[in-house]
This record gives sequence, structure tokens and C-alpha cells, in this order.
Amino acid sequence: MSLGLDVSLARGAFRLDVAFTAPPGLTALFGPSGSGKTTVIACLAGLARPDRGRIVVDGRTLLDTDRRIALPAHRRRIGVVFQEARLLPHLSVRQNLDYGRRFLSRRRADAPGLAFDDVVGLLGLGHLLARRPAGLSGGEGQRVAIGRALLSRPRLLLMDEPLAALDAARKAEILPLIERLRDAAGLPIVYVSHAVSEVARLADTLVVLEGGRVAAAGPAEALLRRGELGPEHAAQGGSRLDMVVAGHDPASGLTRLSGAVGPLSVPRLERAVGTPVRLLVPARDVLVATQVPLGLSARNVLPGTVRDLVPLGDGAVRVTLACGGAALAARLTQASVRDLALAPGRPVFAVVKSVAFDPQDIGGGRGTGPVEI
Amino acid sequence: MDPAPILDRLGLTPDEWTAIALSLRVAAVATAASLGPGLAVAWVLARKRFPGRGLLDGLVHLPLILPPVVTGYLLLLAFGRRGPVGAALAEIGIVLSFRWTGAALACAVMGFPLMVRAMRLSLEAVDRRVEQAAATLGASPWAVFRTVTLPLAMPGILAGAVLAFAKAMGEFGATITFVSNIPGETQTLPSAIYTLTQVPGGEAGALRLVLVSVALSMGALLASELLARRLARRLGAA
Repeated sequence: MSLGLDVSLARGAFRLDVAFTAPPGLTALFGPSGSGKTTVIACLAGLARPDRGRIVVDGRTLLDTDRRIALPAHRRRIGVVFQEARLLPHLSVRQNLDYGRRFLSRRRADAPGLAFDDVVGLLGLGHLLARRPAGLSGGEGQRVAIGRALLSRPRLLLMDEPLAALDAARKAEILPLIERLRDAAGLPIVYVSHAVSEVARLADTLVVLEGGRVAAAGPAEALLRRGELGPEHAAQGGSRLDMVVAGHDPASGLTRLSGAVGPLSVPRLERAVGTPVRLLVPARDVLVATQVPLGLSARNVLPGTVRDLVPLGDGAVRVTLACGGAALAARLTQASVRDLALAPGRPVFAVVKSVAFDPQDIGGGRGTGPVEI
Repeated sequence: MDPAPILDRLGLTPDEWTAIALSLRVAAVATAASLGPGLAVAWVLARKRFPGRGLLDGLVHLPLILPPVVTGYLLLLAFGRRGPVGAALAEIGIVLSFRWTGAALACAVMGFPLMVRAMRLSLEAVDRRVEQAAATLGASPWAVFRTVTLPLAMPGILAGAVLAFAKAMGEFGATITFVSNIPGETQTLPSAIYTLTQVPGGEAGALRLVLVSVALSMGALLASELLARRLARRLGAA
């Protein structure tokens, strides 16, 4: 699946002027509230009509104002998970899940894909089927909404901050499900978020919106490392690493990870050895030393060389290190860079505290081997 | 409990029974015939913005504020044998003036604003976001209306129908002006009560019919209340 979108729309004082293309996988729309993320989703779903534009999904033109093409929402086959569950209140959970099926042609309904029981199992909805939406918790409702969208057999799934209304525990419950959809079902997803941690876990492609325009777009890994997340979140960028659980150390309560960057220790993860994981190393949590540091509390000391230095305008410098086969970004002050005489090619040591990682934010690895659903 | 002995004890005369049966028939037909147009007008007023919307709204509400006699007279002018609509209908064999069908038309017109009002409020209360969600699941606008809008607005639609039915049972001014007061043809419950109060010795009969009228109205209200509660429970936590 590839996605091409180029739309403009004016509603009162708000102007949207967004164009991007995205390869298959999960595309995150990231930006502060009011940046136009939800409007882009509405344009994709056919719930808002751009003044001008073109939307092509997988070679199929959904909108082309020049050619007077505008497919209505019900013929786009784009599933939407909204911020609120928006379940049909007069139907049971089972009827909500089945709702989309009655509009599928026989051929599409019989085509291979996620079946009712698969979706119920994947989302853990078995005990809820007879219930009414009014009796569901926020997390349960959102799981039903995801299941309902999946069972309508969409070509593309849109998720508009599906976790915004949920507490941390419910988020932790649903994020792995989204990772499984992305990896196992191979379903193309456009995911709206204003949380860096969610984007870092989920996104293959990142589109950063700012005031109704695209501030940056490209592979998520590069944009995160360069901190191209808009002015508000620039300091929250970091290096996203795909690693594997190498072992647990019960004495220290830490889990060892291995990957291209070298070994890393993080707070204990309840995951089996060999499980792929994905984590963000925030650039501002990375220290740089020119010699092997001694008498240091930090657990992670990774040898590497300076690859480049980019001044960031606000007195900070982004230093990118080559550590093993991975790139690691560090956010340092100009003064530190000068004192340490950092320059490209110089061998250094990157230092990261284990507690810099919140186990809540460590996701499942991306597409390494088959994943059970 | 068998209601027949109680009804027998009321000692209703055959003429009084006729008036009651006619009233029920007129009210039922008036309500049933208004349902479709009422729902259509309510939906248009609730959902559409167009020039002339205020005019339509005013026109629908007119019977509520006009003296019923005026409404009845206007109906007579339009639907009478020599009225523009009445003459055209007479060509194809439909005569409304001085017939029970005319009484039903008068009752339908008088009850229309009440019905539309209740339906419109309930349509406006339906969450548009849920309708959008249904559309993204593949439901066409008509399917959304059938499977989402209509069931969610059902309590208000029923309330509108009951209001219109109750109004039709009690309609007097427009009916008597348009179709007169012919026993067995256009003499509905209120007309019969009126007639009985105008003749010597009619008080007992008038009182009997008043009791029946109160009972029927209470019954209709109670039934709608029960239905609304059942629907509300379906929408609430199961």
C-alpha cells in the first residue's frame, strides 16, 4: 500500500495545506493540537471535503477535485478508530463488531483475512460480546472500536489518537495490539498522535504537522534522531533502536538487550529472552565522554566515534555517534562540545543511564520474523 | 381482567359507541398517515440548511397557533367540493368534505406540529459522530438512516405519534368546521360530547363519554411511557 495525499482546505481562520506520500507500514501524523492532524484523517476517511486536492490509496483515487472525483465515506473502505469509541449504542458488542460485514459484498466477505473469531481473540473481546456499549470501560470500548473497524475489511486503517482518552494502564494494554496489527496483519495504518513515545514505538514513516502544514516528513527513525518533531518537541527526539532481549539479571533487577549499538541495560522487562524490542534513547539523556569513565553510576557505556555535529540554534549541538552499526544522537551544550574538542572521527564513549528508559515505552520489535496473532 | 362488564356498567348507548369507534378510527388513520410526512419534515428541519427553511418551519407550526376554526375553514376552502384541491380529488373519486376521511385530515393537520416537534428534537439529539462512524464501516446514507438514526430517534418518534394520536382524539374546532357533526360519519368523541351538552337530559351521556375520553388519553400516555422506558433500557447498560 502506498498513500499519496495533497489537500487544501480553509475553514474560518484555519487553513490546511498538507501534502505527503507514505510507503506501506504505519505512518504517524504528529503535531500539537490544532495542527490539522484530525482534519487530515477526516479528509482521508471522506468525512471532510477539501476545497482542493487529491488522495490516492494503493493506486485507487479516492479524491481528485480537478477530475471531480470524490468517493463518499462508505465506499472508501477505510476503517477509522476515533478518539472516542463511537460504538452504536443500541447494538450489543457482537452486533457492533458485525456491523460492517453486512455492507461487504459476498466476494469480499469470503476473501481470506481476519475472521470474527480471530479479531475477538486478538483483542480479548470474548467475554464482552453480549454486553451493551454503555456498560463498557473506556479501554474495552476502544478495543471493540478497533475490532469493528478491522472486521469491515478496510484497505487502510486510520487511528485518530485512539489512546487519548485512556489511562496509562489501558494504553499499555492497547499499544501491543496496534504493533501486532502493523506487523502480523500487514495492515497499512495512519496513526495520529501528539505523544513522542507512541510515535517512537509505532511509526515507520513520520509526518510532522505544524499550523496546518507539513513541517517534516520521512522515515521515522531519521526524523526522531534529528529531533525534527516541531519546535515544541525538538528536545524530545532521540535514537530509535531495534534490539533483542538477551537476558535478565534478577540481582540488579535489570534486563540486558543486545543490538547493533552494543549491549544495553534497561529496567526489568517482563519479556522472554529473544523477544525483539524497540526503544527510544532520548538524545538529551546521552552523555559523551572522551575516555572510559570510571566511578560512574550509569550502566551503559558504549564505545563509538563522532560522525557529525549539528548546531541546533538554541545553544545546543546534536552530536551523532556511530556506535557499532547504529547511529546514536546526543544533545550537548556548545560549551561541552568545545571543552571536549569533539570533532568528526574522534573516538568517544556514549553513556546512558538505565533508568532513562521507561519500560512502559519500550515496544515490540518491528517485523523481525513471523509474529503469532 | 375482562373489561366488558365495566364497559357494560357504563351503560353506553349505541350512538355513543359509534362516536367512540369513529374517534379511534379517525385518530389511528390520522396518526398513521402523518408518520411518513412528519418524519420527512422533521428530518429536513433537523438536518438541512436551505433557503425557505424558516418558512417551512412556520407553515408546520401554523395549526398550533391559528384558531382551530380558522384551520378548519381553510381546509374547507381548499378541500371542499369546489375548492382547488377538493375538486381535483373529486375527479378521481376522493371526497373529503363531510366524510370521516375529512375528519382524519383535519386531525392530522392539527396534530402535525406536535408530531414534527417531538421527532425533530429526537433527530437533533442523535450523535452525528456515531453516524459518521457507521459510514466509515460501509453504511450508505440510507443505511445509516435505517440502522442508526431511526433506532436512536425511536423514543421521540413514538412520543410524536402518541401526541398526534391524543391530539386527534381531542380535536374539535377544525373538525366540526371542516366536516360538520354528522352522527356515524363525522361525529367524533368531542363533537358527540358537545352535542349531548346542547340537548336536554344529555348530561349523563356527556359524562359517560368524558370518562371514556379521559381513560383513552391516560391509556395512550401510559403506553407511550412504557414503550419509551423499554427503549431507554435498550440504549442503557444491559
